[in-house]
Amino acid sequence: MPRIPAPWTVKRKILVKSESETDPSFGYKPEERPYPDLVRFGVINLDKPPGPSSHEVAAWVRRILGVKHAGHGGTLEA
Amino acid sequence: MTGVLPVALEDATKTIQVLLEAGKEYVCLMKLHSDVPEDRVREVLAEFQGKIYQRPPARASVKRRVRIRKVYYLDVLEIEGRNVLFRIGCQAGTYIRKICHDVGEVLGCGAHMQELRRTRSGPFTEDEKSVTLHDVVYLHSKWQETGELEYLRRFILPMEKTLEITPKIYVRDSAVDALCHGAHLTAPGVVSLEAGITNGSTVALFTLKGEAISLATATASTKEILEMNHGIVARNNRVLMPRGTYPRMWRSKTSSA
Repeated sequence: MPRIPAPWTVKRKILVKSESETDPSFGYKPEERPYPDLVRFGVINLDKPPGPSSHEVAAWVRRILGVKHAGHGGTLEA
Repeated sequence: MTGVLPVALEDATKTIQVLLEAGKEYVCLMKLHSDVPEDRVREVLAEFQGKIYQRPPARASVKRRVRIRKVYYLDVLEIEGRNVLFRIGCQAGTYIRKICHDVGEVLGCGAHMQELRRTRSGPFTEDEKSVTLHDVVYLHSKWQETGELEYLRRFILPMEKTLEITPKIYVRDSAVDALCHGAHLTAPGVVSLEAGITNGSTVALFTLKGEAISLATATASTKEILEMNHGIVARNNRVLMPRGTYPRMWRSKTSSA
């Protein structure tokens, strides 16, 4: 059976079409987003504990942080 | 079950679809129902690499028809008697419980999944900045006490992390706000892009500062886009950046003043 490379092992080159610069007076580098944008556009790499369902865990995060929306990426069956 | 469960907040929940479709990695403890020579177990497990046929189990969230799933790798970590520990990298929607069952069928002895831990979901892995619920509670309260944003940044990553392995097209500042208003990306807006994009690829449109603007479908290949002077190169599916983040540098046809 031929091996299929995992998507996370694929390295892709970046090719330049035209030169351009970005104006620092608007927008932010993602890692420099101020509060509350850093929460609004944020994601948590959570290590799910055994027991509660993925859905329950997301609901806890929502409550702890006092945010309106929190959703998990892919059910990890309880 | 335990392991990597990315949780997206507020507007970042729009990126969840990317994770649902992303490949996963698990460490699985499989229990055989009788003694089987170790070599035979390794031989059978190796057969489950590549494209496999799988019928979703009875308790599944999808239609139960046989489908093809890709298994990128299946490496045996340890075999001790009837306990088999392995690491598997696979396409989204591959049922590991079912793989254990099917391995048992091929071996003729029966087998079941004893324990499962997810070690990767798309770009998220268990070692890089992964946090427990306890960490979340602690760091959040430290932030409330001190007002130090560093505590929040220790566990809340930018949503761009979710798109780390999604092919990207970088666009010039002047095209950003039009994209936020739902316009499609045209060739002059493109500054650079990743190799390997084809017509129909899901791509992420990014600013030159590395901010995600939207998720889109490419309508041309990397090579074609590099050569195009005009025309649509990607159609927006999901806008992530709020309008007005970048200045409006486009004129609408109706409101010419």
